Amino acid sequence: MIEIRNIKKSFGDKEVLKDISCVFDKGKTNLLIGASGSGKTTITKCIVGLHEVDAGEILYSGKNFSTMNQKERKEIRKEIGFMFQGSALFDSLSVEDNIKFPMQMFSKQTAKEMLDRCNYCLDRVGMPGTNKLFPSELSGGMKKRVGIARAIAMNPKYLFCDEPNSGLDPQTSIVIDDLIKGITVEFDITTIVVTHDMNSVIEIGDKIFFLYKGEKSWEGTNKEILKTEVDQVKRFVYASKFINEIIK
Amino acid sequence: MLLGKVFTKPEKASIYWNLIIDEIYELGIGSLGITAIISMFMGAVITIQTAANIDGSWVPAYTIGYTTREAVIKEFSPTIIALILAGKIGSNIASKIGSMRVTEQIDALVIMGVNAPGYLILPKIVAAVFILPFLVIISMFLGVGSGYLVSLYSGLVDPSQYIQGITYDFIPFSITYALIKTLFFAFAITSIPAYHGFYTSGGALEVGKSSTQAVVNSSIVVLLINYIITQLLLI
Repeated sequence: MIEIRNIKKSFGDKEVLKDISCVFDKGKTNLLIGASGSGKTTITKCIVGLHEVDAGEILYSGKNFSTMNQKERKEIRKEIGFMFQGSALFDSLSVEDNIKFPMQMFSKQTAKEMLDRCNYCLDRVGMPGTNKLFPSELSGGMKKRVGIARAIAMNPKYLFCDEPNSGLDPQTSIVIDDLIKGITVEFDITTIVVTHDMNSVIEIGDKIFFLYKGEKSWEGTNKEILKTEVDQVKRFVYASKFINEIIK
Repeated sequence: MLLGKVFTKPEKASIYWNLIIDEIYELGIGSLGITAIISMFMGAVITIQTAANIDGSWVPAYTIGYTTREAVIKEFSPTIIALILAGKIGSNIASKIGSMRVTEQIDALVIMGVNAPGYLILPKIVAAVFILPFLVIISMFLGVGSGYLVSLYSGLVDPSQYIQGITYDFIPFSITYALIKTLFFAFAITSIPAYHGFYTSGGALEVGKSSTQAVVNSSIVVLLINYIITQLLLI
């Protein structure tokens, strides 16, 4: 479980996060949703320590990440898997080396054990046999899947996915969503997904936090969000004419 | 602050060792061709210019070899090679690390718990500090050697007088002085571009700007180091 308490973050004069508190449950896909610029990615980067918060607390299974020293943070980070919006695969490394990278850096596994784990992760994301390909040879969807494979390589307790469906076609988006949901349940991990894709909200949103101009303005499940009376959430949910047509 | 992080204890020595070997190949062996070409033309041109300037004067002919040796060993090989490599290696390092920054690859390293400055920058600095002196020594031989070829085929100076010149009043400290300079140059032409690349923000345009800035700044620092070390060691 990850809990954030009264988080505040500003860049210069601009207050990006205004006193946000959330509890992200274990074994569930927790979604951070909202319009572009609402603070979704910033909150995620604060949680993993890429940005320092101005105020508030971040708790990983009860341990206060905000007050940890670099060594303690390093230990927590070994339990974190992060899938970036642009995948952030290392260009100079093959798919196999990308996935093996965290294991080579931090584990004492033998070469065979690492290869077995790498092949398992690739199988799990539906990309067996692509070990020797380089990121430049992969499509957007394949990169996302390799990004997930790398994120789960070290058996993380916490999985972060930043806009996993951006730039993907609807069918591939569903595959990625199913993958994230499946991994969350299978490994019983705390997953936080940043998205503004309504399909993902409906498909995998066990717990949803709606951010609006740096504030948490709504919290609930994927069933509740369709019935909400909060104006900005309604505008977000029903922004798509397609969804409106379906509901009619 | 960045250098402090660069020189912290590596996570896994074996991985860093492999990275250093790769960088030695890329930064050192990959620069052998351009070093050889520049050194040979440099030595040849110095020989011709010296010969042309003393032609018909009372200055003895062996001065041509002497001047070529002194110019190549003390100045041209270490400094010109460092300036050329500041462009070649510097832009490569800044753009590579800058691209990793803007595509969030450095963030990925940080989140995994890797000391990103150490992982990305330390092997480059170590590799350059190790391999550049060898490049400079090769450059010295080629520079002085190409002067000999000029003496053989141009008729501007008698080869035996050229040989006499390059052996005349040789002070081994000249090589030490050149290699000391080279170590500082190697550090500058890797650490400065790495800094610019690491703190790139934005997109492809900013990566290009960082790369340009890295080459300009490291070239200026090379010239500055050259002046300071010359003042300290030769005066």
